[in-house]
This record gives sequence, structure tokens and C-alpha cells, in this order.
Amino acid sequence: MHRGKGMKFVGDSRVSAERKPNIPKDYSEYPGKTEAFWPNFLLKEWMIGAVFLIGFLCLTIAHVPPLEKIADPSDTAYIPLPDWYFLFLYQLLKYTYASGPFNIVGALIIPGLAFGALLLAPFIDRGPERRPSKRPLATGFMLLAVAGITYLTWESVANHDWEAAANQGKIVAEVDIDTEAEGYKILEANTCLSCHGGDLTGGAGSPALIDTGLTPDEIKDVVTNGRGAMPAGLFSGSDEEFDKLAEFISGLTSK
Amino acid sequence: MLNKIYDWVDERLDITPLWRDIADHEVPEHVNPAHHFSAFVYCFGGLTFFVTVIQILSGMFLTMYYVPDIKNAWESVYYLQNHVAFGQIVRGMHHWGASLVIVMMFLHTLRVFFQGAYKKPRELNWVVGVLIFFVMLALGLTGYLLPWDMKALFATKVTMQIIESVPFIGEYLKILIAGSADIVGAQTITRFFAIHVFFLPAALFALMAAHFVMIRKQGISGPL
Repeated sequence: MHRGKGMKFVGDSRVSAERKPNIPKDYSEYPGKTEAFWPNFLLKEWMIGAVFLIGFLCLTIAHVPPLEKIADPSDTAYIPLPDWYFLFLYQLLKYTYASGPFNIVGALIIPGLAFGALLLAPFIDRGPERRPSKRPLATGFMLLAVAGITYLTWESVANHDWEAAANQGKIVAEVDIDTEAEGYKILEANTCLSCHGGDLTGGAGSPALIDTGLTPDEIKDVVTNGRGAMPAGLFSGSDEEFDKLAEFISGLTSK
Repeated sequence: MLNKIYDWVDERLDITPLWRDIADHEVPEHVNPAHHFSAFVYCFGGLTFFVTVIQILSGMFLTMYYVPDIKNAWESVYYLQNHVAFGQIVRGMHHWGASLVIVMMFLHTLRVFFQGAYKKPRELNWVVGVLIFFVMLALGLTGYLLPWDMKALFATKVTMQIIESVPFIGEYLKILIAGSADIVGAQTITRFFAIHVFFLPAALFALMAAHFVMIRKQGISGPL
């Protein structure tokens, strides 16, 4: 770099008037098959990126991002579930010695130690060796952590009632229900509303009674014999009322 | 024409050294999948950055419709997803991208860890990388609430219980984040929105800049 006397500048600025040539370095003397990043390698990266993007866009087209019904804080039966990458923490907090009085162990100490060790890894594993086989402690602890996270996530997925989870958050079309109708009164009298809700949109473990797509006879069959969590023989009225109830539910359709 | 524009700017601002710093560096043989296929593990970091760019762009478009408010948040997401042209794709990119960024970052972390690439002189870059990991997890956590649907609300309530269980400062921390001692509601959603859209991305950009400056300064770690 030119210094001192004889330097020329552009106008009164501090920009040197001397132009530097815009030529890439010569990498032919570098070891092995070293390649210039610009533009040779960038082009290859670009192609990998394009393939990746196509795969990613196919995913977004094939799988609609989920959206449950609008948050309703009054639904106390809702079983919460975090995003999948927090499932291992969620599962950890279910174990006896990591929850309740030991909550601090599961919520702070174990994750704190694990993430703290990850953050400070270069200061814990200080030897000059880089090969995984030459530093068995670092490799071992990381494999253990990955195995632990995998196991906890697996357990969490296996123990979750996915069917109930899909039902409890489903978006239900709203229908203006005539609460003075005879059918509604019969529902009320037979404790149907305590599970299926006053607006018949269902709840945790019980489906909505709107848009069932069932004929009156099929509805009568479900009520008589039960289905899923619904026990058989809940109806205690007369046959005439039973007909009216089935007709009423069958007729509940949204636009 | 382009050359003339470049020369015109270069004469005034001397941008050539800057451009050479950004564009002109070598790619050693051992990280180049064209020479050793197993070197594809070196792609994970770049793909993490690529998905992050997708997240930033799709997120910018989402804010054109999203309203951070307990009444309209869900409605705006529903409208975006069902009535706006390509709204479902944009939201899908942001939703699935959030998972993908975690996957890619995890793979990148494992690659660096098992290769011992965090050893002297690259300790600081590892620390900054793990901080980026934390920021990404926090982005995932805050973004989960924003659609304001059932799972968003109840998962956030659980998060708040965990935060509350921190000894001594737990309660203050919860009030700071949720805006209230016992309600996950209007205050919470505006705070999470601000954290998700302004605070965390600002931290993320600063950390990513440090991450990239350091790797350019030191060069990529050598072969095992």
C-alpha cells in the first residue's frame, strides 16, 4: 500500500485516486483442488439451493400449515402440545423427579447443564485432537445427549393422543342454533350439552354435532350403542323424542 | 454500461477492496462436494442461512396481513390462509421453514461438533453459533403464539408456567414477557409479536454478522 508523500486523492475526499485492479486471486498455487468461491463455487451452491428450494416448495404445497380454532381460554380440558422441537423438554417435565416438587430439576438444572455445556464446549474439550475417536468424552456426551433427545421426543409422540388432539382444536363452522327448538330442549334434558357444548361445537374428546353428515337413523344408532368415548344408552326419553332429537342433529348444517 | 456505472462508483467510493473481501476467497478441496461427496456435510450451515433468508422474506410478507391483537390475529391468519392468493404458500413456507431451520442448524451443529472444528482458534465462533441456536429456539417459541389458535394459547400457558418456576426472578420474568401476572392475552400477543419481529431478528442479524465475519477472517477449519 502506498503511504506518505505523493498520495493522490479523489477531490477533497479520503478516497485514493489510485485504482486497484478488480481481478480474482490465482488459486492454482493453493494446495489440492482449491477453487475460487466467486463465481465457480457459488454457481454450484446456487444449484444445490435451487434443488433444495423446489423440495421445500413441494412440501409447502403438499402440507397445508395447520390452524386450529381461535383461542378459547375457557376450554380447560385442552391438552397442550408445543412445537415438535420442544417435545423433549415437555416430556422431561412429565417424569417424577423432574416435575412437581422437583420441577426445578427438569425445567432448569438438566436443560441448563446440557445447553451450558454446549455453549462452553470449546472450553471444556480443550485438547488439540479433532477426530471424534480421539476425544471419547466429548463424542460420548454428545451421542448421549442426541440419544436422550431422540428418546424423549419419541416417548412424547408415542404418549400423545393424536386423535383427541386433532378433534380438540378443529375449526367448527358456527351455526345459529335455535335454543328454543324442541330438539335442543331434548338434548339439554339428556345431558348431551355437558359434553358436546351449549353451542354444540364439541370439546375435548367429544365431536361437534354440527355438520355430522349422518342420517337420523345413524344418529340414533350412535346414541343407542355409543361410540368412542361416548357410552351407550345415554338417552332416557320417549321414542318420539328420540326421533325429534335425531332429526334435529341431522338438520344442523352450516352454509 | 454496468462496467461504467461500477467504475463511476468505484472512483468515488473505492468499492473494489470491499467487493474482493466479500467475493474473493478460496474453497479448499476438502469442503467441496464436487471433489469429495462426503463434503455435503459442509452444506448444512449454508442451507441454514438459506432457510433463514426464506423465513425473513416470508415473514415480511406475513406482516402485510397479520394483526397482533386477540380479536383479529386468528381472523387475519385464517383470511390469509383461505382467501389471499398464495397466502397458504407464504404461511406454509414460514411454518415449515421454522422446523427446517431447526433441523439444518442441528445438523450443522453436529457437523462442527464431531469434527472438533470449534477448537482453538475458533472458540468464539462456536459460542456465537450456539447463541444463534438459542435465538432461533426463542423465535420458534414466540412465533408459535402468534396465530392465536388453541394450541398457541395453551402451549404458551405451559411456557409461562415453566418461566414462573425459575427461582427468585420467575414471577418478574413472566410479567416482563407475558405483560401480566396471570393472563396470557392482549398484552402477551403484542409483546410476543414485538419480540418475534423486532428484538430477536435484531439479535439474530448481529450474531449472524459476527458469525460470518469470523469465518471469513479465520477461514474454514482444515481437513481432519
